[in-house]
Amino acid sequence: MRIELPEPSLVVLIGASGSGKSSFAARHFKPTEVLSSDFCRGLVADDANDQAATKDAFAILHHIAGKRLVNGRLTVVDATNVQREARKPLIALAREHDLLPVAVVLDLAGSVCQERNAGRPDRDFGAHVIKHQRSQLRRSLKGLQRDGFRRVWVLHSPEEVDEAEVTRAPLWTDRRAEHGPFDVIGDVHGCYAELVELLEQLGYTVQETAGEVAVTPPAGRRAVFVGDYVDRGPDSPRVLRLVMGMAQAATAICLPGNHDIKLVRKLKGRDVRITHGLAETLEQLETTPDDFRDSARAFLDALVSHVVLDEGRLVVAHAGMKESYQGRASARVRDFALFGETTGETDEFGLPVRLQWAADYRGRATVAYGHTPVAEPEWLNKTINIDTGCVFGGKLTALRWPERELVSVSAHSTYYEPAKPFLSPQVAAPAAQKQRPAFVLDIDDVAGKRIVSTRLARTVTVREENATAALEVMSRFAIDPRWLVYLPPTMSPTATSKRAEVLEHPEEAFAEYRSNGVPTVICEEKHMGSRAIAVICRDAEVARERFGVDGGETGAVYTRTGRPFFAGATSTEDVLGRIRAAVGRAGLWDELGTGWIVLDCELLPWSAKAMELIRRQYAAVGAGARAGLTAAVAALEHAGRRGLPLNGLLDRQRVRIEHVERYIEAYRRYVWPVDGVADLRLAPFHVLAAETGVFVDRDHGWHLERCDELVAADPDWFQPTERRVVDVTDPVSQDEATAWWVAMTDAGGEGMVVKPMTFLARGRKGLVQPGVKCRGREYLRIIYGPEYADPTQIERLRGRGLGRKRSLAIREFGLGVEALERFVRREPLNRVHECVFAVLALESEPVDPRL
Amino acid sequence: MFLTITTTHRPATDLGHLLHKHPDRVQAFPVGFGTAHVLYPEAVEDRCTAALLLEVDPVGLVRRGRGPGGFALAEYVNDRPYVASSFLSVAIVAVFKSAMAGTCKARPELAASPIPLEASLPAVPARGGEAMVHRLFEPLGYTVETEALPLDPAFPEWGTGRHVALRLRGDVRLADLLNHLYVLLPVLDDDKHYWVDEVEIEKLMRRGEGWLESHPDRDLIVRRYVKHQKHLYNPALAQLDEAAPPAQDDETAREDTLEERVSLRDQRLGSVQAVLKASGAGRVLDLGCGGGALLERLMRDGYREIVGVDASVRALERAARRLKLDLLPDAQRARIKLLQSPLTYRDRRLCGYDAAVLIEVIEHLDPPRLAAAEGNVFGSAQPGTVVVTTPNREYNVRWETLPAGELRHPDHRFEWTREEFATWSQSVAGRHGYRVRFLPIGPEDADVGPPTQMAVFER
Repeated sequence: MRIELPEPSLVVLIGASGSGKSSFAARHFKPTEVLSSDFCRGLVADDANDQAATKDAFAILHHIAGKRLVNGRLTVVDATNVQREARKPLIALAREHDLLPVAVVLDLAGSVCQERNAGRPDRDFGAHVIKHQRSQLRRSLKGLQRDGFRRVWVLHSPEEVDEAEVTRAPLWTDRRAEHGPFDVIGDVHGCYAELVELLEQLGYTVQETAGEVAVTPPAGRRAVFVGDYVDRGPDSPRVLRLVMGMAQAATAICLPGNHDIKLVRKLKGRDVRITHGLAETLEQLETTPDDFRDSARAFLDALVSHVVLDEGRLVVAHAGMKESYQGRASARVRDFALFGETTGETDEFGLPVRLQWAADYRGRATVAYGHTPVAEPEWLNKTINIDTGCVFGGKLTALRWPERELVSVSAHSTYYEPAKPFLSPQVAAPAAQKQRPAFVLDIDDVAGKRIVSTRLARTVTVREENATAALEVMSRFAIDPRWLVYLPPTMSPTATSKRAEVLEHPEEAFAEYRSNGVPTVICEEKHMGSRAIAVICRDAEVARERFGVDGGETGAVYTRTGRPFFAGATSTEDVLGRIRAAVGRAGLWDELGTGWIVLDCELLPWSAKAMELIRRQYAAVGAGARAGLTAAVAALEHAGRRGLPLNGLLDRQRVRIEHVERYIEAYRRYVWPVDGVADLRLAPFHVLAAETGVFVDRDHGWHLERCDELVAADPDWFQPTERRVVDVTDPVSQDEATAWWVAMTDAGGEGMVVKPMTFLARGRKGLVQPGVKCRGREYLRIIYGPEYADPTQIERLRGRGLGRKRSLAIREFGLGVEALERFVRREPLNRVHECVFAVLALESEPVDPRL
Repeated sequence: MFLTITTTHRPATDLGHLLHKHPDRVQAFPVGFGTAHVLYPEAVEDRCTAALLLEVDPVGLVRRGRGPGGFALAEYVNDRPYVASSFLSVAIVAVFKSAMAGTCKARPELAASPIPLEASLPAVPARGGEAMVHRLFEPLGYTVETEALPLDPAFPEWGTGRHVALRLRGDVRLADLLNHLYVLLPVLDDDKHYWVDEVEIEKLMRRGEGWLESHPDRDLIVRRYVKHQKHLYNPALAQLDEAAPPAQDDETAREDTLEERVSLRDQRLGSVQAVLKASGAGRVLDLGCGGGALLERLMRDGYREIVGVDASVRALERAARRLKLDLLPDAQRARIKLLQSPLTYRDRRLCGYDAAVLIEVIEHLDPPRLAAAEGNVFGSAQPGTVVVTTPNREYNVRWETLPAGELRHPDHRFEWTREEFATWSQSVAGRHGYRVRFLPIGPEDADVGPPTQMAVFER
């Protein structure tokens, strides 16, 4: 016998003790797929036959089975299951997870069972037990399907058991192996002319000969119809003929709509109300031959609720499909596919009030659906409604997959008046505004231990205590998460120099990249200000449409920890306005084909953001040190004049004063008064992302050229970034850059950042550092303290561990880019937020703050 | 770190005897965090100056693991190596121990007599500024000269910082001067570098003997000396004077001081308790519970379930300690739960409660995030009753200590007038199907209303 199991499903083995269930299971299933009651007894009582442990054992078994079903895993229950009460919870469990329960019965003679048990000393129960089980089994056999098992296979003899062949078939909804490309087409509702026009626009050829329609798709493409072929429109039969022909030729995948199912019920002779345009369909069908009606009924009746395509990346269903139902089979899954989720109430137009499943959608798959007409197809959390109300005078829309392009044709006429004016401005407001309230982020999106998959840094684990710390910071201090599409990674310094007088030197940076196989690096002047991420939209409309904000703001400027850079909305908008003007003058909107842009910048001066810190900490230390040491030097000079043997004590204090003076000089360089936006300077260095992509595939030359264009557009306010491209295999090239660094840092500059020219570079162990900083000797006084550079101090500072910082830098870099990529792909807010939240969480790892 | 002590007593060079350090020698003494040098810049008949120079090893200082205070690089960019703090006290006691005890075999009568002395410190960190320096030293009989150090001469607009140049003059016993400095320098700094425990009280009693008990700022000195630890300063004050009640700390947060006077916090918690009781709720949420002041009261009011919610884990830990959660009997323990959840993320665990309170919470949220919190509380959690309290900005003019236009707390993102609060509350109520009524908290002023306003929302 061939047993074809739907996968996934819950497979219930039924048979008396000794009927060979465990051997059968071991032969046909993976050990992890089989849950045995005996094993679970052992788990709770150390004895697989302890009947007193049965209750606990089944509690465990059901729990594990439930978890496996959540994960969509085929699960086999190996227990006698001869009693109806024992099977009932299993059937309920399968239903709860919207999977099919199936049964395999080992109906073997009692003598066989007893003989087998006799050979096992641990099964010393009497013959009456097996006899009793056998009789319960016999009584159950007939009712198994009625009880809820979708398929039942009965094996009657050891031979049949041995010969049984077990295969698995994916569920009908599971068409993950089909990769398309697809054209997903919205609700047609009898609009034949528009359908043909749309197909032709998509490159299909439509030929009509003698009432037959032949559609030839462009090479490799297939159509996917979200259903509702009929009702309201002018020619439902012809639409049916077309899609049936395509389905038969396997050039289309057809899904059922609620109107189609209602028509089936009518054609089957059921009593249905002739409303919502069904009358028109029935009238049109009057003129078709009987056999067409029969074949249409059979066709529509056989349609499968929804479909999972392209390795699970695309799900299509008429009214949508929430994540936990995708690829599953049950009555409620089918209902959801046809009607969506409703509250049971009706609105003022008499239509069902829908729950916004899409607003809560958190799934990985993109869901394309129709059912509820909208003025414009709108992405929301990776879902898209492409029912643009053709029959109501709107458009017929197709989603090209995987291109994600939308193609529409306008309705030739308003064929039917909608119950609710779907094109009115109130209803036509973008889904983002209507359905994505600011609180759409759930605590479950961020709390607890998290594992985030990134393209660049693979999976990144966030420990629970780090998430906890980040949760507080994020919720109390960060800007509106809708703007927070990126957080910059931490950056490691270069390996510690061996040269006596410095801690950091370019040669280590060059050597590092060289030994990682990177031939060309770029050295960029490091500006000493505060890191600023600027998200700029061309106008408030773009901000509303793309970022879903509705307060009229046109962008955001935030710090590396996601805090707003400026206290007031006015300053932010002033700064955004200045950047926007430069972006426009530099032609970046057109060049990048975008209405928004994310820039990675340094905002100067340091004192703009850090004034309090500079005064209270830096200046106070300088003032105290200078006063203390000056008095000491004066006293020591007196003592020296008395002829006391000072043994270098005075010289040492003079050197210390010298250090302190240079320390004061160091912080002073980064201070200038700021009375308004005009006093600030912005130094952009990465053009991170725009509508057309995340630009980590462009080299730093490309990025800086665009930044130069901004500088050229507003040279008074934008600050250029000096740079040197270095061939790290050429000593001359390295020496030139080193000389440049020395000159720059001797003059008090912060130093430079050395990056692989290509932006992304991979070495033997994956990504290499996206950048390392190489800071100047004077600047480091404000990091390591005034006197760090003293020979007595600097040697003790060399033993600094960079490993953790570097590992964090890579992981945070991967997360930041991932956040942007998800945003550009229009993934839901929670998926973007997950990544930036993880960056913030990783930043709570304890790392030496001087690095 | 530098201190000089000068005398004009004749012969001035007797100072060497008193300090047990010869005026013609330069001596070095290792102390835990560096080296203390003692030498005499001048030593003649009519004037003798002893100098104590402390060379602190900055790297060593960091390695000793001084906890950073708020700013990540605070350990490294640090005034400790240069200014007179508890490090100097440690050095004084290490180098001048006998002098502090007043023992001097060579000149016993001189050690016991007041002589003209002058102590000079070029940089003393003084919390409370020059005024505090005068308050602490003048009652001890010194002529006090101070000059606050400018933060940076290149930026005169920055003004002065917390460092003060200090000169003390007076006719005192050398031992007294050293003890005064030993106790009061760390008190001025208010940031001791070491862990304090009961031993610290002993030291204070010994070094303060004869002058501390009668010092007008005795309580402040004691509190700062033991780093504001109640369990230390209360017994210490009791030792000094059985009858003296511990006074209010002078440096509690501004909001506390302001509001304490009208015991506003008490009235606020009481009012919320009353509203909750009247609502008949059985299961309540305290959103933004902080350290658990309301939770403690609600436990006594006997609700079926009380959940304290806060974004801060540290706040929840404080609440757990306050409620003694680990000691509660099971039946009580089952009634109370603490959850970390910031209001700006929707949290389904908050659904299904009868009532929720937000006491002085909304003003800590940026306006865009307030909308998220509103959605979470009124749209998602949907308790039957929601109580919201927030400052009434109009009332701020009644507090003289609050500069005009300033908010009551640095973390307040806004403070609303009565009208602003009413507008917000009514629109929230309208959006989410609640009725709202308003109640005053605290003394209601005819012109500006009550200090705190409360809105009660009901579905």
